Amino acid sequence: MNLSLGQFQHAFIEALYSRPAPQLSGVAEQAAFAVYRNTVLAGCVDALRANFPSVCTLVGRAWMDETAAVYARQFPPSDPRLICYGATFPDFLEDIQSQHAVPYLADVARLDLRWTEAFSAPNEPCLNLVELAGMTPSDLDHGCLAPRASARWYWCEAHPVYTLWRCAREQLAWPHDQPWVGEGVLFVGTADGVCHQPLGKGGHEFLKACAAGHSLMQASDLARHAETDLDFTDMLGRLMTAQAFRPLAFTGEHHHG
Amino acid sequence: MNADARMGAGISLKAEHYDQALACNLEGLWFEVHPENYMVGGPRLAWLNRIAERHPVSLHGVALSLAADAAPDQDHLQRLRALCDQTEPVLVSEHLAWSTWQGHYHPDLLPFPRSNEALQRIAENIQRCQEVLGRRISIENPSHYLQLQGHDWDEIDFLGELTRRTGCGLLLDINNVYVSAHNLGFSATAYLDRFPAQTITEIHLAGHSDDDQANLLIDSHDAQVAEPVWALYRQLVSRVGPRPTLIERDDKLPPFTELLAERSIAQSIMTCPGVLP
Repeated sequence: MNLSLGQFQHAFIEALYSRPAPQLSGVAEQAAFAVYRNTVLAGCVDALRANFPSVCTLVGRAWMDETAAVYARQFPPSDPRLICYGATFPDFLEDIQSQHAVPYLADVARLDLRWTEAFSAPNEPCLNLVELAGMTPSDLDHGCLAPRASARWYWCEAHPVYTLWRCAREQLAWPHDQPWVGEGVLFVGTADGVCHQPLGKGGHEFLKACAAGHSLMQASDLARHAETDLDFTDMLGRLMTAQAFRPLAFTGEHHHG
Repeated sequence: MNADARMGAGISLKAEHYDQALACNLEGLWFEVHPENYMVGGPRLAWLNRIAERHPVSLHGVALSLAADAAPDQDHLQRLRALCDQTEPVLVSEHLAWSTWQGHYHPDLLPFPRSNEALQRIAENIQRCQEVLGRRISIENPSHYLQLQGHDWDEIDFLGELTRRTGCGLLLDINNVYVSAHNLGFSATAYLDRFPAQTITEIHLAGHSDDDQANLLIDSHDAQVAEPVWALYRQLVSRVGPRPTLIERDDKLPPFTELLAERSIAQSIMTCPGVLP
């Protein structure tokens, strides 16, 4: 075996994923090679199971492990922080819906993903309600509320995704009076864990607009457009109590004096 | 920074044991974590910071991929630097292995032929890490399963040459030596007798499992330290003196008190190598 280090590593990876690696004949055929194959795959599968616990509850351990292994072979991690692994796993589940026949599985996976993102986000300062005191309506209109890095939100028109996710994640019984309507959720990560709460369609549009850099006035218009009977003051109050925003910034020539 | 006098025997720290670890005040106790699990914000980092305020902490990496034919990932290295700045670890270590290749991470510690080319590349990678981190790191001897061709260097000479070229320390994993000796057919005692004592900054002890079908021992970290590994440890400490020693456990996690009991055996041997557990 007269391979350069790079040639050896290229061939080793090919063999690891059971692709032809003739340069490594005599190595990949050893029974011990399976130790590496199994460990790499198990590391990926374990990470996906840890990152998508609600999905695992819904489909069962055996199906989860089998599907995670298929995904891992196609999409190995790109980041050694395995808590970040699986960003495209929800889309993968959506693509193979015919295999699991659970129409809401990908959406529940998206909530698991957002939970993990909120859990592992860097700490950022939080908007203090005192900052809003003494501001003029013009200040407020032109101010921008930026969601914190640890805030994640999701809206699903087709399924009660928050209830589905919560029942799976917290092993709760399905509420017998739960209507099958669209639901959203807000996750906010803190130093102690992740808080979650229901979020309406208007709240979802509002956070999306804030994240896109729209002014408070523009964002509130978009929120009201998305949810015509929205109680905007109540919604904003709940988002602030949830510590969803960073301290204020201002657009244009308007500055908080 | 080298290991300091506060370090006796330590335990690898898992999230399940955070509260007990934080409250424990045994003399000489320290904790080791994989930094990749803490290179994020949120509760995990907050927990580690609280532990680091009360106990010496060691960062034991699994993903610098020092033996890859590529420089260490800059983003990863900068994250490790930031974690070092935040937690001020007493030790930082990595494996003589590779795990990343062409933008993908393959979660294992992969082998390579100990060639002259590999020696040059790994020495450069260690130097680069030490420059960015602003500190000395230690390199761990790997577990072996495969018979590889193309070695220009014996493992101990290879490790010794790395210490000479880079000033790095060595993390001696005695379970890895035991497992590798079984799998590749060499004498663990002879290996340890040759291991350069003055470069050892830390010792690892762990459990292993049997793969009867393939006649292999697996470095699984899912069981208590086996008696033959304790015997090798006693012999080594008799020869080289006490070094900070870790009870490494990653799977089938027992109660914290069980890990403390294993840790107390290591602590006793550090004090008196002739003692029987």
